[in-house]
Amino acid sequence: MNLNNVKGSTMLSSPGDGAVSDQFPAGLRVLVVDDDPTCLMILERMLRTCLYQVTKCNRAEIALTLLRENKNGFDIVISDVHMPDMDGFKLLEHIGLEMDLPVIMMSADDSKNVVMKGVTHGACDYLIKPVRIDSLKNIWQHVVRKKKNEWRDTEQSGSADEGDRQQKPSDDADYSSSANEGSWRNSKKRRDEDEDADDRDDTSTLKKPRVVWSVELHQQFVAAVDQLGINKAVPKKILELMNVPGLTRENVASHLQKYRLYLRRLSGVSQHPNNSFLSQQDGNFGSISSINDLQTLAAAGQLPAQSLATLQAAGLGRSTAKAGVPMPLMDQRNLFSFENPRIRFGEVQQQQQHMSDGKSINLLHGIPTNMEAKQLANLHQSTQSIGSLNMRVNASTTLTNPLLMQMAQSQPRGQVLSENTGHHVPGLSSALGQPNRNGISNGPLGRNGMAYNLVPKNSSTLSYPMNQTPEMPVSSFPLGSTPVISSITTKGSFQEEVTSGIKGDNGFVPSYDIFNELHHHKSHDWEITSPGLTYTASQPANPSHGNINVSSSVLVQQGFYPTQQTGRSRDSPLMAKSIFSLGEGLEQGILQNADQHLNTLVDNSGRVKVERIPDESSQTNLFPEQYGQEDLLSSLLKQQEGMGPTESEYDFDGYSLDNIPV
Amino acid sequence: MEVGQMQRQWVDYTKSLFMEGLLNGQQFLQLQQLQDENNPEFVFEVVSLFFEDSERLLKDLTFALDQKGGVDFQKVDALAHQFKGSSSSVGALRVSNCCLALRNFCLEQNTDACLRCLQQLKQEYCLVKNKLETLFRLEQQIMAAGGSIPMMELSF
Repeated sequence: MNLNNVKGSTMLSSPGDGAVSDQFPAGLRVLVVDDDPTCLMILERMLRTCLYQVTKCNRAEIALTLLRENKNGFDIVISDVHMPDMDGFKLLEHIGLEMDLPVIMMSADDSKNVVMKGVTHGACDYLIKPVRIDSLKNIWQHVVRKKKNEWRDTEQSGSADEGDRQQKPSDDADYSSSANEGSWRNSKKRRDEDEDADDRDDTSTLKKPRVVWSVELHQQFVAAVDQLGINKAVPKKILELMNVPGLTRENVASHLQKYRLYLRRLSGVSQHPNNSFLSQQDGNFGSISSINDLQTLAAAGQLPAQSLATLQAAGLGRSTAKAGVPMPLMDQRNLFSFENPRIRFGEVQQQQQHMSDGKSINLLHGIPTNMEAKQLANLHQSTQSIGSLNMRVNASTTLTNPLLMQMAQSQPRGQVLSENTGHHVPGLSSALGQPNRNGISNGPLGRNGMAYNLVPKNSSTLSYPMNQTPEMPVSSFPLGSTPVISSITTKGSFQEEVTSGIKGDNGFVPSYDIFNELHHHKSHDWEITSPGLTYTASQPANPSHGNINVSSSVLVQQGFYPTQQTGRSRDSPLMAKSIFSLGEGLEQGILQNADQHLNTLVDNSGRVKVERIPDESSQTNLFPEQYGQEDLLSSLLKQQEGMGPTESEYDFDGYSLDNIPV
Repeated sequence: MEVGQMQRQWVDYTKSLFMEGLLNGQQFLQLQQLQDENNPEFVFEVVSLFFEDSERLLKDLTFALDQKGGVDFQKVDALAHQFKGSSSSVGALRVSNCCLALRNFCLEQNTDACLRCLQQLKQEYCLVKNKLETLFRLEQQIMAAGGSIPMMELSF
């Protein structure tokens, strides 16, 4: 496209050369989306007065179709936030990912959190209604800015992106975007009716080497990222793995950046791959597939859901097992509401820090949870804002995020979700009922324990009485898994409660695939182990199902470890247990359930399988490995140990869960 | 009445609407500025669209708040939000303020307060509708007499 052609042509399409038509910004092609006909008319008129080329539509779906059909037909999109058919933020994400156009959000709502959402979702501006024409006059700057950035990122080949010209690597840090992508993608897919494909792998669309990241392409991307590992996912390698002709390293780099942002958003914390969490928890989550194995997950092809779940879990501290993720969300809420007297925040925090160091929080990276902020909100109000997984995931993440944040604050993990978590933190706490005061909620535990669905499958209440020593004896955690075992495997009954509770509350559960899985694993025994509990090898082995999954999810949510329970929570009861330990203070009921779980765990492993968890059950592997926070894990374990079997008292000292009746 | 007189009348009338707080001067004038020879009826068209949309919103609001089985406050809130957006776009200040109040009552889930607020909202809407229609009639008279609508500036 020629820059010289102003009218209606892609003025800014010429990559590389900043030359803009002299008539610019006149002729800027704007797509405005708003369901309010009055506003739409006014906006159109205003934009026309600015000499822009305006296309208006009142439905987000139509807008997306228009955009997809005219790949380069628009320069910028202006969208309302509240629309009946699709949330404005969702549309924003779609556009950002698929077409990479600058999007301006607008709303009559000027509350801070909504504006923040706009920011976190990548909107390049946010206008408050009633919109003034002056605000519209300068929107062209966003187009120019974006193009400038793109040019920097992509190679300047005039045509497409072939050749891997190494343009300046704009990708900074290849921090691996967690494999949540899968989940993110998943949710995206879900939401989006799979559009399709435009499989333009090679995208090289002309001048502007704008790659169209179709669903398939993105999936390949995610798979590659997962395979490489979050930490190691560098554009070059991703590109190699993807092996897509015409795709350049720059394309991958910029997409990776976006992906990371996305994940960050989801988890509310930018952090290193979930792995860290997972490792920590692996001990505890027997069944929780460690997020570490995101790759595994990816391989499993369930990444999306899992990642999402994991991420969420990690974020939330719950281990989101591949199983119904929903649980984690719910649990989280429940968890939070549990009183974790034992867990001292401070302690947990420390532990968390360990955990968070690496990984926590951003477990949800891939999870397109737009909802970070929302999540908190959801938590509060059980809003089903999580229409899409993303949401849910986010929710969990947000929950954890705050917690994580706390933990992570000390650690600068990558992008600490400070903003997200910061905001969320307050929300989380409230949402959770009480953010694990024990620190779990806030601290690492918070992540883990909090969100973890206290799915008391069997017994309705886990009695946390076990040592709910508030302190998180991380170090004492035999499992060495991250104490974040937020996944509280509540015995079946509890789980239900939790789930329902959570569901109601934040609607997390519902759509999240991963969470759904968790649901299935209601029987996960999520034990909410107070941190003080020593995880005695008995991991709440929920034979019934991977409650650990739940835990995983929970964990994941917490951001600790994206352990995805592959539904075999049984195996990694430890994990679950550990999580619970963290959650001491988490409901009594849960503890009880945990007890049972613990029993099972104990039965199963009879030992703190923290270490083993990762290897043995893929489920819980996620965390242990990743998280190097042995302390946390140990503390978790301790807690678990303390959990008395079945009864509310968990004697967590040393694994005495043997007698925990399953 | 001669054109000049009508025009002055129009200006005074418009000003009074601003003074009374019925119309947001700045916003309304913005709309006026969007009107030019290519779009001579722009304000009239937008406001007519607003009226149409408002009737629908008010109807939906009434229906939503009339649910004996339980009011869906989220729905009411969404409608109020939308109404707030459109009314503020045309500058119907009192209407949009009323919508804000309604939203607050929704948060509190106070059905009675919502109903009272809706009542007031309807009144405000009717009031501004009448005033605007009067204004438009005046405009038509001016145009019919060969005059043009004065461009106002917010100097008062």
